[in-house]
Amino acid sequence: MAGALIDEMRSQTVVQAIDLTRRFGPITAVDRISFEIAGGETFALIGPNGAGKSTLMKMLTTMLPPTSGRAVVAGYDVARRAQAVRAHIGYVPQVLSADGELTGEDNMRLSARLYLIPPAERGARIAAALAMMGLTDAKDRLVRTYSGGMARRLEIAQSTLHRPAVLFMDEPTVGLDPIGRRAVWSHVERLKAEIGAAVVFSTHYMDEAEETADRIGLISGGRLAALGTPAKLKAAQGAGASLDDVFTVLTGERIGQGGQRQ
Amino acid sequence: MTTTALPSQSAAAGGPVAYVTQVLAVTDAEAVKLRHDPMDLFTRAVQPILWLLLFGQVMARVRGFGADGSYLDFLAPGVLAQSVLFVAIFYGLSAIWERDLGVLQRYLVSPAPRSALVIGKALASSIRALAQSIVVYLCAAILGVRLAMQPAAIVGVIGLVVLASALFSTFSLIIACLVKTRERFMGIGQFLTMPIFFASNAIYPISIMPAWLKVIARVNPLSYEVDGLRALMLESGSSQFGLPLDYGVLASVIVALVIVATRMYPRLTQ
Repeated sequence: MAGALIDEMRSQTVVQAIDLTRRFGPITAVDRISFEIAGGETFALIGPNGAGKSTLMKMLTTMLPPTSGRAVVAGYDVARRAQAVRAHIGYVPQVLSADGELTGEDNMRLSARLYLIPPAERGARIAAALAMMGLTDAKDRLVRTYSGGMARRLEIAQSTLHRPAVLFMDEPTVGLDPIGRRAVWSHVERLKAEIGAAVVFSTHYMDEAEETADRIGLISGGRLAALGTPAKLKAAQGAGASLDDVFTVLTGERIGQGGQRQ
Repeated sequence: MTTTALPSQSAAAGGPVAYVTQVLAVTDAEAVKLRHDPMDLFTRAVQPILWLLLFGQVMARVRGFGADGSYLDFLAPGVLAQSVLFVAIFYGLSAIWERDLGVLQRYLVSPAPRSALVIGKALASSIRALAQSIVVYLCAAILGVRLAMQPAAIVGVIGLVVLASALFSTFSLIIACLVKTRERFMGIGQFLTMPIFFASNAIYPISIMPAWLKVIARVNPLSYEVDGLRALMLESGSSQFGLPLDYGVLASVIVALVIVATRMYPRLTQ
């Protein structure tokens, strides 16, 4: 992609959250979070389980209405123009959302029709997306026979068939082995080069965020504890600091292997 | 920085063609699953066969209940309606199941209007119902029920079966959105099916019911389905309420249920 085009894309804000808040009864899951994400950017949300990452992501993808504050995604308000937001984003939820009782290709066909890909283009677009995700050979198998990594890649293909401005992924590599994780990310990188979407993902793997994200938001107790490039976040804590150190200093917590707060 | 909508390849624009495409996408996915597992259709067909074969044969001998052999004619449309009801009323269970699996989120995050998803699911249950209808017709024919086979009558029956199964499956979807868990749904599903079935004209005429039950039977949509089926399925069939009323009641109840379900369906994931 030409440099000028990338510059133009980056000058656009594709996600804008302003004091975004969600309460569940007495519990405030997301507490006045504000940030912006530029077009084409890869943005990681880091925090332990229960920090509010999923709730934040559900609000940005219109799956959950905010209690207060607002968010504009792909140019549309998530509360007032939810359907328009949904037409311009892709979302890979934490739980497996591809239908295990359908084949990979049937799942793709379902998405193509829900996203109103023109009938004349459907076949070619589905074939190209399956090829890009390395699933051409598996397209006629029921998805319940897929490995975790294959199912994730299929969901990413389903979520990007309509070339969204932003791809949201909630813990996309949780439960995958290192090879599966690497395969997911190498395919996401190829996809980004192809369609230029911003990628917003949550994770509790520090190394994953550091390797893949342009910027990182640290979330703790429903609040945005820090925001910046991995280098800046580490530099702020002095030479030789790791992202784990940054998180511990800023929140007084550590994230364990399984994402639990320590 | 300015906030601008980036051009996307998918037309967010609606229109009737887009709407129908999205409805059929949902229905078709269910149809594909049925093709993968057709056994499911046959195992569900056992129940209506038992009602016609065992219950129908014995009840036909009860004095005053049509001992001239016409009870089976009376019963066949009721059994068809019942088999449609029993399949559709547990449809909400699959919605909860899809929520638990995560599949529901894939639907809800798409730009398809929620009503298109609800109608798509309702039509999917109609496919199952039509498969059941074929079994009931075959069984009834073998037992000597005088079925009307004119194309117009068949089309009318298909219309009633599609409407009724869409109605009860959407009702079931609403229950699913209210109770949210499989365990609670199973309990309530059993609790609902029998009253809807027995407080209708499916296996006995409304005229022999006590007054209070007559009132319930007259507001029960199942009665209108059965009444329409009696007129259309049988060679010597006739309608008590009139076909326009039968279709009208079913259609208006569906519209109301779809409106309610459209509001509730997205909350299933919250």
